[in-house]
Amino acid sequence: MADRGGVPARVRVTSSRRSAVAGRSRPLATDLDEQTELGDVYLAGLMRAQLRLSLSVLSALVLAVAGFSVLLIAVPAARTTVLFGLPLPWLVLGVAIYPATWLTARTYVRQAERIEAEFADVVSPRSEPS
Amino acid sequence: MTQTFSIIAVTLVCLTTVAVGGLGLRLSRRTSDFYVAGRTVSPRLNASAISGEYLSAASFLGVAGLIYDEGVDLLWLPVGYTVGYLVLLVMVAAPMRRSGAYTLPDFAEARLGSIGIRRLAALLVVAIGWLYLVPQFQGAGLALQLVTGAPQWVGALIVAVVVALAVGAGGMRSITFVQAVQYWIKLTALAVPAFVLLALWMRSGSATPEVPVSWAEPFVAVSGDDHPVYRSASMMVALCLGTMGLPHVLVRYYTNPDGVAARRTTVTVVALLGAFYLLPPVYAALGRVHLPSLPTGVRSDTIVLQLPGQVVEGIGGDVLTAMLAGGAFAALLSTASGLAMSVTGVLHQEFIRPRLARLTGGDAMGFGGFRVAAAVAVIIPFGLSRWMEPIGIATTVGFAFSLAAATFAPLLMLGVWWRRLSRAGAAAGFIVGAVAATAAATATVVAAPLSGWAGALLANPAAWCTPLAFSVAVVVSLATPGSVPRDTTRVMVRLHTPERIHLDHSRLID
Repeated sequence: MADRGGVPARVRVTSSRRSAVAGRSRPLATDLDEQTELGDVYLAGLMRAQLRLSLSVLSALVLAVAGFSVLLIAVPAARTTVLFGLPLPWLVLGVAIYPATWLTARTYVRQAERIEAEFADVVSPRSEPS
Repeated sequence: MTQTFSIIAVTLVCLTTVAVGGLGLRLSRRTSDFYVAGRTVSPRLNASAISGEYLSAASFLGVAGLIYDEGVDLLWLPVGYTVGYLVLLVMVAAPMRRSGAYTLPDFAEARLGSIGIRRLAALLVVAIGWLYLVPQFQGAGLALQLVTGAPQWVGALIVAVVVALAVGAGGMRSITFVQAVQYWIKLTALAVPAFVLLALWMRSGSATPEVPVSWAEPFVAVSGDDHPVYRSASMMVALCLGTMGLPHVLVRYYTNPDGVAARRTTVTVVALLGAFYLLPPVYAALGRVHLPSLPTGVRSDTIVLQLPGQVVEGIGGDVLTAMLAGGAFAALLSTASGLAMSVTGVLHQEFIRPRLARLTGGDAMGFGGFRVAAAVAVIIPFGLSRWMEPIGIATTVGFAFSLAAATFAPLLMLGVWWRRLSRAGAAAGFIVGAVAATAAATATVVAAPLSGWAGALLANPAAWCTPLAFSVAVVVSLATPGSVPRDTTRVMVRLHTPERIHLDHSRLID
């Protein structure tokens, strides 16, 4: 490098703060709260997951109810079959359907809570004070 | 003897209701105590309360009577009553709680930001509440007449007075305890006689009843064009979607501490209802064994109360009958107080408080207006019940469910899940649903008896009214994107974000 009369040599300045964390200083919860576009994407994802779960429970319900009715209409023998001392329609509609509904409800709640827990872990990790 | 025991049982139930209600009076200090019991009710207590409130005279007396009358096709009725909670659970339970609203009209306004829709919802809450209160009063009259011989208006009047006292006294906090206690009273009162009757039936050789084919086998039309499949399907739609729109059901969700608790409460409710609904078919089938035909003029609604007297001789039969009468009264009182509570809340908030404030220049705050509203909420359906006597309990309840399914189900489900719902769309769907369901009910009552498709479509309107209301709401919303509320996203954030996530702006402070 040539001496230019006391003027320091030019130095090319580049950013190389490799150790610096390029990241968001604000949690995603704020995005949700302030309805930024990013928050909107997350909200849409949560709603889609929950709605898909809800609709699958509903379609299972409709299928079960409609399927059983079709069975009764299409197969006359099913109307008079006796199981455990009760005719099949009475057994299913009078007894079996209640524990089945309860189990469905319980499964749904577990799934819905799992979706929410995963969402919460992404949006506001537990380490943060909340 | 039957009379004495029954009067004792009914008096006990009424006194318990007023006493527990009075207890709540001491605990009720704030407005939120009156409306939503301060939002501190645990899932178990709340589930008992919801079930206690939901199991009405129609469930305690009417379901067994209908199955006794019509057989296996009516087993769908208790199934629908229970499955309605599953639909409510998956579609609206947690978001409704997270909305932070007190009543259905509150939700409508919070979601759509329109006073007009709020007013519409308030009108419908009052209409559905009254429609559902009428059969409770009628059931009270029937039950008391059968066990004591008193004229029908006496039972109705007793229930009306007790309910008005209990609601006016302590509001929601007292009612919560009353309801929870009454679920267990009802279950015991229905289960114990059922087991005694079953045991006696088995000991006497398990006779099977002589029944027509249309009773024992599903989907057999009694007359040529009865359309039993359509009727059952439409009934299921009404019950599954109507449950979430019943005013006394949703107000209970606001008493949960958070959305997660609201879901867990519902699961317990499904279990409690399922346990209860195992019993009415037992009465219906045993009724067919012991009372193959009812004397003319005796309504099948009373089959539950008649059975013990037929089967068990002497004092045992009297005690069982008294137990059932007490249980029936508990059923009436709890549903009627829950309904009266929601109707009172809406009447007070929407119609009485604003007027009172204007009249007195804001001086008459406090709970005076609330008690006036409680009186109004009870007197009008009492009058209606005298006038509508000939219509069966379950028919009126069916119309209440259809109306709820055609109005609140679209509003709530689209409101919770669909961001493009506009004010115009919600209002249009709501009005179309209300008009269609009301017109069908009126036509059925006025032009009865109708047969064939016309009769089936009008008597069970939910299967066409509800899809109609949904499609009108969707089509009009898509056509009027300008009237989608601006803060839709903020409301959606509030409805769907779990409580664990801290939000500064989007949440309401309870």
